[in-house]
Amino acid sequence: MAGVHIIALVCALITISVIVELTRRRYIHERFALIWLVVAVIIGFFAVFPEVFNSLAHWIGVKNPPDLLTVVAVLFLLLVCVRLSWEIGRLQQRTEVLAEEIALLRKSLEDVETPTQ
Amino acid sequence: MTDAKTLVVIPAWNESSSIAQVIGEIRHSNTDVDLLVVDDGSSDSTGAKARAEGVDVVTNPFNLGVGGAMRVGFRFALSHGYDAVVQVDADGQHDPESITLLVEQLDDQVVPQMVIGSRFSGEQTYDASRTRRLAMRILAASLSRMSGERLSDVTSGFRAHNRKAIALFATEYPTDYLADTVESIAILTRAGGKISECPVAMRQRTTGKPSQSRWKSLIYLVRIFLVLGLTVFRKRTVRTAENESTSGSS
Repeated sequence: MAGVHIIALVCALITISVIVELTRRRYIHERFALIWLVVAVIIGFFAVFPEVFNSLAHWIGVKNPPDLLTVVAVLFLLLVCVRLSWEIGRLQQRTEVLAEEIALLRKSLEDVETPTQ
Repeated sequence: MTDAKTLVVIPAWNESSSIAQVIGEIRHSNTDVDLLVVDDGSSDSTGAKARAEGVDVVTNPFNLGVGGAMRVGFRFALSHGYDAVVQVDADGQHDPESITLLVEQLDDQVVPQMVIGSRFSGEQTYDASRTRRLAMRILAASLSRMSGERLSDVTSGFRAHNRKAIALFATEYPTDYLADTVESIAILTRAGGKISECPVAMRQRTTGKPSQSRWKSLIYLVRIFLVLGLTVFRKRTVRTAENESTSGSS
């Protein structure tokens, strides 16, 4: 096992433990935790069995295996970003509606407490 | 509609220097309308000054932009059974004398209808930068095509809406910063509504800076066309205000 594989394995283990801890404290939703756990497990697997990754790259037709890693990583991160943008948009919309509802509720509460006419 | 129960909605964000005067002027020339100031998260005394004038004030917990403020106004109007909503800016650039003019032109009860007070089709007392004027002309041309109605001032925030438009906008009014005026026309058109324009005189705003610098209007134009393009394809979003009518106090 070469040095780079040990680093990859350590990173994978750190990722897994951090994600598990964050999920345990309810800082991240299981849905997102699952994604990162799967990623960490895959990285860990390839760190232990690098020859599997190499033969996978050759089977697909990539001459230099690290290239496959780079492309897959970039595409994956892009997908995650899109997903997060989508999530933010949805949250923003809900926050706006909530703020509007609160404003109107507060107004009707005021009207009940101090009748104007 | 001449005897419509009308609500004038004034979205106000940090307009403490002009709000009292604007309210006074609207009251002076329109004795039979109700006023609602939507204090859109102001950090100054806008809300307090409006309350001191004795009008209804709704306070947003934080700044939502004109779109968010108007949506609050439309919901309020919907739950209180108003026939018409007129949007008037808090900076005093809209002449309150023209409010009845706009409301009178609401003649439809079947489809959503909006009457826009236009500063271009009438006497010109308003002065805008060249870039902004060009941007507005391109926008007007494309929205005219979309709606099949000759529109010249699509970014005007001086508008009257009928009951159907109030119900539509209570959930569908766009909150995109600065794009709300334009996108709302597109939404109304897509919902099968009627849009018309009515020439009004505009005044120079008494206070505050105009919303756009020359450089910004270019970005604004790009953004707005993106929004417009999206509106054509966009699915109607379903927001949660269906049980709105139960939360009103009257």
